[in-house]
Amino acid sequence: MAKQSNEKVLEVTHLNKKYGETEVLPDFNLEVQRGEVVVLLGPSGCGKSTFLRCLNGLEEIQAGEIKLNGQVISADATKWHIVRQKIGMVFQSYDLFPHMTILENILLGPIKAQGRDRLEVLQQAEKLLDRVGLMDKKEAYPSQLSGGQKQRIAIIRALCMNPEIMLFDEVTASLDPEMVREVLDVMLELAQAGMTMVIVTHEMGFAKAAADRVIFIDQGQIVEEAAPDLFFTSPKSERAKKFLNIFKFNEQVS
Amino acid sequence: MQEWGISVLFEGQNLFRLVEGLSVSIRIAAVSIAFSAVCGILLGILMTSRYRLVRYGCRLYLEAIRIIPTLVWLFLFYFSLTKIMHFHLSAELASDIVFSLWGTAEMGDLVRGAITSMPKHQTDSGFAIGLTKLQVYRYIIIPQALRRLIPSAINLATRMIKTTSLVVLIGVVEVLKVGQQIIEVSILKNPTASFWVYGCIFFLYFIICYPVSLFSKKLETKWQQ
Repeated sequence: MAKQSNEKVLEVTHLNKKYGETEVLPDFNLEVQRGEVVVLLGPSGCGKSTFLRCLNGLEEIQAGEIKLNGQVISADATKWHIVRQKIGMVFQSYDLFPHMTILENILLGPIKAQGRDRLEVLQQAEKLLDRVGLMDKKEAYPSQLSGGQKQRIAIIRALCMNPEIMLFDEVTASLDPEMVREVLDVMLELAQAGMTMVIVTHEMGFAKAAADRVIFIDQGQIVEEAAPDLFFTSPKSERAKKFLNIFKFNEQVS
Repeated sequence: MQEWGISVLFEGQNLFRLVEGLSVSIRIAAVSIAFSAVCGILLGILMTSRYRLVRYGCRLYLEAIRIIPTLVWLFLFYFSLTKIMHFHLSAELASDIVFSLWGTAEMGDLVRGAITSMPKHQTDSGFAIGLTKLQVYRYIIIPQALRRLIPSAINLATRMIKTTSLVVLIGVVEVLKVGQQIIEVSILKNPTASFWVYGCIFFLYFIICYPVSLFSKKLETKWQQ
């Protein structure tokens, strides 16, 4: 993992999120250092995706504070479209814009939202496309790409905004196994290059390889938090053990 | 030898007058379609507003247009409005207004349907890359919505073209009126005049509406990705 500084990129304190009467996240707290890769694990419905969406302002929070680089972004007056330029998010359903070419998809944010010079963004986009080997697809339309290719483009699209932190919401969940690997490789490379990432995933092997910290969530609460080696070999809580056993067929976690 | 019935079309200025009458209908339709296209999109966006009052107001407008027959609206504007407001609205202007109001309402509903059928993820994706709500509408939602509603919109346009024939009832001299005038004059010496005249009108409407339909097909295949 890349060297981490002590700079806090993300600070979440006492975050409370309700859907109507149901409390999905009663009291969530999290700190992420620059360059750190945090993986959120947990059963479905435990609130991990909701949490990511709260960080991005796609969901409203009822109480609590979110700070990005020391600045509070959870206030009512927050101009989310400016904050979101610093937070890159990649979704499970990739959601490229089908009526635009791949290149147009990537350039839309930087040019329209950030007002950057087209030539400069083009250079950055082409460099990234080249690195993932998708340069020949830049004039294609999303419908002509495979799921894995689309997801890698979605990652590039988020990266071109030059975010401070990247959020990944189960990005490989709807991909075929062969394509899962090519996307995870891109994410691993990003992690090694020092990007601050918060990842929700079910890919345990990837979590072991990429994470600096694994956080196990159940019913909206952090049950266990540890380094990946420790968490996967000897989890402390019963719920974590039960969860990890879902993924193992022969061995039982003691 | 009896004269061929079709000769009624070539007598004097008949054909010319029929085409001239058609151009009146086309003009009303064109003005209304252009107006409805622009205002319909705006109305459609308004109908997805998060303010309930705005949505309900738009809905009321749409339902009023739909419940009351177009002909009644024409009569209302041409006859009743002038009595109440004490100024005279020409039949053509009344037609322009009524058809524009009708087209806007229908187009608005089509746009609203296309917008709300868009998956929410597209909006989320747009927000996630830092676009404002306006930008998300402009670059992501509206372009896709327009592509989706092309078939229905073209259908609306052809319906509007055909319905303009109603304006003959408020005295606009358009193609049907001209046709009636020709028939009245020719019916004695040419008993089949009505067949040929209405046949010709049918043909004229066809050569207007069919290219519009073909254009729609061309747009659909061009945007098929």
